[in-house]
Amino acid sequence: MKVRAQIGKVLNLDKCIGCHTCSVTCKNVWTTREGVEYAWFNNVETKPGTGYPTDWENQKRWNGGWVRSASGKLQPKQGAKWRILANIFANPSMPEIDDYYEPFDFDYDHLKSAPDMQAFPTARPRSKITGERMEKIEKGPNWEEILGGEFAKRSADYNFDKVQKDIYGEYENTFMMYLPRLCEHCLNPTCSASCPSGAIYKREEDGIVLIDQEKCRGWRMCISGCPYKKVYYNWDTGKSEKCTFCYPRIESGQPTVCSETCVGRIRYLGVILYDADKIEAAASAERETDLYGAQLDVFLDPNDPEVIAAARRDGVPEDWIEAAKISPVWKMAMDWKVAFPLHPEYRTLPMVWYIPPLSPIQNAAQAGQIAMSDQMPDVRSLRIPVKYLANMLTAGDEEPIVSALERMSAMRLYMRALTVDGVRDEGIAARVGMSGRMIEDMYKIMAIADYEDRFAIPTAHREQNEAGADIRGGCGFTDGNGCSDGESGKTSLFGGKKKSFALPLESF
Amino acid sequence: MFESFDINFVIFGVMPYVALTVFLVGSIARYERDPFTWKSSSSQLLRRKQLIWGSILFHVGILTVFFGHLVGLFTPVWVLDALGVPYGLKQWMAVLIGGPAGLAALIGGTMLIHRRLTDPRIRATSTTLDILIMILIWLQLAIGLLTITQSLQHMDGAEMIRFMEWSQSVVTWNINAWVTVVDVHWLFKLHIFLGLIITMLFPFTRLVHIWSGFAAPFRYLVARSGYQIVRSRRRRPLEERRRAFDRRQGVEGPKAHTPAE
Repeated sequence: MKVRAQIGKVLNLDKCIGCHTCSVTCKNVWTTREGVEYAWFNNVETKPGTGYPTDWENQKRWNGGWVRSASGKLQPKQGAKWRILANIFANPSMPEIDDYYEPFDFDYDHLKSAPDMQAFPTARPRSKITGERMEKIEKGPNWEEILGGEFAKRSADYNFDKVQKDIYGEYENTFMMYLPRLCEHCLNPTCSASCPSGAIYKREEDGIVLIDQEKCRGWRMCISGCPYKKVYYNWDTGKSEKCTFCYPRIESGQPTVCSETCVGRIRYLGVILYDADKIEAAASAERETDLYGAQLDVFLDPNDPEVIAAARRDGVPEDWIEAAKISPVWKMAMDWKVAFPLHPEYRTLPMVWYIPPLSPIQNAAQAGQIAMSDQMPDVRSLRIPVKYLANMLTAGDEEPIVSALERMSAMRLYMRALTVDGVRDEGIAARVGMSGRMIEDMYKIMAIADYEDRFAIPTAHREQNEAGADIRGGCGFTDGNGCSDGESGKTSLFGGKKKSFALPLESF
Repeated sequence: MFESFDINFVIFGVMPYVALTVFLVGSIARYERDPFTWKSSSSQLLRRKQLIWGSILFHVGILTVFFGHLVGLFTPVWVLDALGVPYGLKQWMAVLIGGPAGLAALIGGTMLIHRRLTDPRIRATSTTLDILIMILIWLQLAIGLLTITQSLQHMDGAEMIRFMEWSQSVVTWNINAWVTVVDVHWLFKLHIFLGLIITMLFPFTRLVHIWSGFAAPFRYLVARSGYQIVRSRRRRPLEERRRAFDRRQGVEGPKAHTPAE
């Protein structure tokens, strides 16, 4: 047993209202720079849809993630090491910027500087790459917002696999959900496995996956390697960038910006202890539907004395072990089994998990007669097909999804009985294999979702990690290149544009 | 002292040392001081068209030519003699392997230059040095291919041997190296001169990615046994931490660090 700790994350899709506050605050903090205008470390997609970048889930096209060979060995789907090296001159699986969208801005200045005209002045779009006028915006970061665009195109959604999808194009049967996406900070990341320079690494202390900006050479293999398409190539710096899990915040015990600002309180952060020795075997599970269960087996119970002893021996700090015991992520993934990994079939063992959404019953005309089974609404009659959710979260295995949805329905029934009738109906809880106490805890964390219940983040132990004297006079958090800004004197010796860091002045 | 001055001495006797010094010192300085600027500067994200074919033709071609030059010029002549390789045969090999490879690189390079100059996205994001170095390499390839017309007129390999002697004299600190190439055709001289210019520009351009390209197979295939990389910021590696923990437990009793369970 090799015990490591990771700050895991759960997103409760049942409560996501698609407000994009996460995306906007993330962008304002991390990607307003030139070269990454098109990049959204966090974005929110409307499902069903093909997403951003378009069709990202279709690994037949993009070759992201891992494949298991007949002999049971894992290798990146884009190829073994030698194959990746052979593609170094031109990466056949890498998306073009048009697969995301060409970044643009509007000529806002024209609105106030236009001369006296017959027609009202307009702000027309301009490319942020070339600066040229764009006559037609073909795509944006959230192009399918609220089911935008025709069903024929959106239904290319990979999660419709083995679903009779035609009826969902009809107005009466349509359904919709939001899927906020960020880097999964996987236990078995394909991005880092694909990097010939060894620039991408997972941190032992908190599991965050980062790109060393000084070691990245721009070989671009991580971009095609990541099946979630969450590594972005900065065309200005020539380096890849990705979600950092806001590590400067996490290290000081604060939630990531996207979690902090989430209006719907859907995001949870907490410590998960895992056994690093089990990763390879779990990711190599033979059947894709076994991968979800295999990943559960990698997680270690923080209340097990044996695990605690091993964690201490391997150097997991005491307060991290304590945090693991109260981790909301552990409760949702392990105790209640309502959270699931996104696309476990990619074999990356992702660490950002999702609670599937409940949805209205399928047909409004049947409102009075919901299919009930054992006095519970039959979750298979809900508007969002269970198969669709299963394709997204459990590699197509419907049972765990059904169980999670039933538990969430039971929570509503139980709490309704408690608050309206004043009755603790243990029968409801027992029907979904839970106890009343568990359901009340679940209600407190998932429905009330107080700040303290959503985030249980121990601070980093810098005193264990680095010698204070060594970092004295260091550069702190910089945008690559250590203390150097890449300039020697007045000219830039080693290429690149000279950048002015002066603050913009406004005069009134 | 200037009556015996010869420009050939400057270019073929002195300049190689200046070029190699700038190349090495510049590369080390950039790697140490500005690692963030060390990159391939790929533009594949912005436009895939013309890059796939252009880049593969260019790189495969130019790498073949590069290693051809490396092996061809720096293999000591006595090795050829010992192996019994006739000079004429070696020259034929150079022409038959280098020619098609150079042509492939030239075609690929043409595609890349055309793309860089005409595609608005690539043009807008190119630096002056990006364009300059690409044009210089294209010219170098073109001149190199043109020298084949000269080579074909004397296939005995004698002239080739002179270039080998020049290269090997330069790297063995022979001050009279330049004499061996004084009276070769001007196309060859231009080819060498331009090569030295490109060598000098190397550390200041995107060409530094060549170092990393050569390093990548070693880093990826040899130095890295598995696929994953985990970095620890803890001061002691896992095994040492475990040993220290076990030692403490031994001294202070098994319950010392497992209180109140």
